[in-house]
Amino acid sequence: MRLRGRVWKYGDHVDTDAIIPARYLNVSTAEALAPHCMEDIDPTFAAQVKEGDMIVAGENFGCGSSREHAPLAIKGAGVSGVVACSFARIFYRNAINVGLPILESAEAAAGVESGQELEVDLEAGEIQNLVTGETWRAEPYPPFMMGIIRAGGLVPYTRRNLVAGQGTAVVEGRGNV
Amino acid sequence: MGYTLSEKILAAHAGLAAARAGQFVDVAVDIVLSNDITAPIAIREFEELGVERVFDPERVVMVPDHFAPNKDIASAEQCRRVREFARAQGLRHYFEVGRMGIEHVLLPEQGLVVPGDVIVGADSHTCTYGALGAFATGMGSTDIAVAMATGRTWMRVPETIHISYHGSLQPYVGGKDLILYTLGQIGVDGARYQTIEFAGPVLEALSMDGRLTMANMAIEGGAKAGLFAVDERTRAYLDGRAARPWQAYQADDDAVYVRRLEIDVAQIEPQVAFPHLPENARAVSEAGEIVIDQVVIGSCTNGRLEDLRVAAAILRGRQVHANVRCIVIPGSQQVYLDAAREGLLEAFVTAGAAVSTPTCGPCLGGYMGVLAAGERAVSTTNRNFRGRMGHPDSQVYLASPAVAAASAVAGKIAHPASFDGQRDEEKAL
Ligand code: SF4
Repeated sequence: MRLRGRVWKYGDHVDTDAIIPARYLNVSTAEALAPHCMEDIDPTFAAQVKEGDMIVAGENFGCGSSREHAPLAIKGAGVSGVVACSFARIFYRNAINVGLPILESAEAAAGVESGQELEVDLEAGEIQNLVTGETWRAEPYPPFMMGIIRAGGLVPYTRRNLVAGQGTAVVEGRGNV
Repeated sequence: MGYTLSEKILAAHAGLAAARAGQFVDVAVDIVLSNDITAPIAIREFEELGVERVFDPERVVMVPDHFAPNKDIASAEQCRRVREFARAQGLRHYFEVGRMGIEHVLLPEQGLVVPGDVIVGADSHTCTYGALGAFATGMGSTDIAVAMATGRTWMRVPETIHISYHGSLQPYVGGKDLILYTLGQIGVDGARYQTIEFAGPVLEALSMDGRLTMANMAIEGGAKAGLFAVDERTRAYLDGRAARPWQAYQADDDAVYVRRLEIDVAQIEPQVAFPHLPENARAVSEAGEIVIDQVVIGSCTNGRLEDLRVAAAILRGRQVHANVRCIVIPGSQQVYLDAAREGLLEAFVTAGAAVSTPTCGPCLGGYMGVLAAGERAVSTTNRNFRGRMGHPDSQVYLASPAVAAASAVAGKIAHPASFDGQRDEEKAL
């Protein structure tokens, strides 16, 4: 999977209230949420973001609430992926589960500016700044997580497991990362 | 080497003899929770899975509390969706308005949380239940949908930070001040992906309400869970309340921790977390002159009976400042009833405060106290992110019920002890 797009860069601790304010949580589809994505920290984002664009941020992206509306709003806005120094735990799971690719790389996050173009090779974990030519490598996903991404999210992945009679087990690879 | 509480509870639920931090495990869950905001997506994804029934209608819990009683038509539609699903699935623990409370006040109170449980909830403050020695953590709706269908979920066993509190507490310092101070020390991502084990003599003496407040805000340090060991106080709380038999786990003396912190509480004053992060904690005496427009006393952090008692003790016989709207929200119907019987509600109303039925309401800027641009609130809630309680240019200061009540009277951020002296003078007259 390859992602390519223009960068929107933000700082540390971009919280879920910033990604999608709670006042809009009385709806739950990606399409309905997208027009309010990033509204409180960047009112220009939702109007100007283009299909394929990427978000690059600092530490602890997506901290705060468990609302899956956050990765849904980002996906609904057309964003193809998020690169950050680090992600908050619940957001990380949610993004994988809804099929929004995210990558952790402090070097890449530091080496990219708003408006520059980025290319990401998801399988290889490779991130390239197409303006400066710099390339970075992110930590690869554990195998079962890549399985979830390939299946298009946790629901299709689990459905496949259930159909295959593998019961409820969603963890394919055990071990330390 | 020994094992932490998280390692023991997760190993037991994975059917393994042992599990170590860093390991991925597939665990059975005891309770799966969602609310009126997160359940609609969970239900949608559950239906996508093509599974007919939830794994156990006794263990799937739904609480419409965020925008309920319905704040607008869209919320009403969401609540209806949850209600219809709960009925169709025969969920035993669906709590309708009138019996409802804020989920994290309600579940422990109703005995639905017991020590040793693994609980997953589509709400980040699910970690509250760690106060009872349950491994409880927040997840998104899709994870919850899969857990509702299968009764299982995957987890990465977290590393653990051990934080021990010793010394004697200053007057008016409680669980909220301890956790705000701790967040000030470790930062909002100081425990990211990790468990915090809260320990030490100060916490052994802390009430269950105070422990619930601390575990509640473990997520504000990025933690996956915030755990307390089970002790006599836990047993007393569960007595006559626990809905299921339970097993307590203890961390080993030689458990492996990634970090150990010792906190001497003697130096800790009542705390205030400044906008816009919970880690911006300061002593209230160093807050300076912060004039406020609103005070909120409630939420899953501080909406329990003890919290309302503390607030009422300060508000009784006084008046909320003319420029302040003070909103008190009991966390559950039981808390509401107890507060009524004890005369706390009368103290609030007489002081000029508004008292609401249980709801999250203003905590997340939903309704019942949304802030306008430029307005400042002191709130006993857990988050003060930009725009959390309303307009993006409004400001939220997090504090304990004692500081919130004192500030409501003073019209600015105030130390509760500043009313102590006054009270003594009144008494002397
Ligand atoms: S009271 Fe606030 S923090 Fe607690 S569950 Fe409700 S919205 Fe979330």
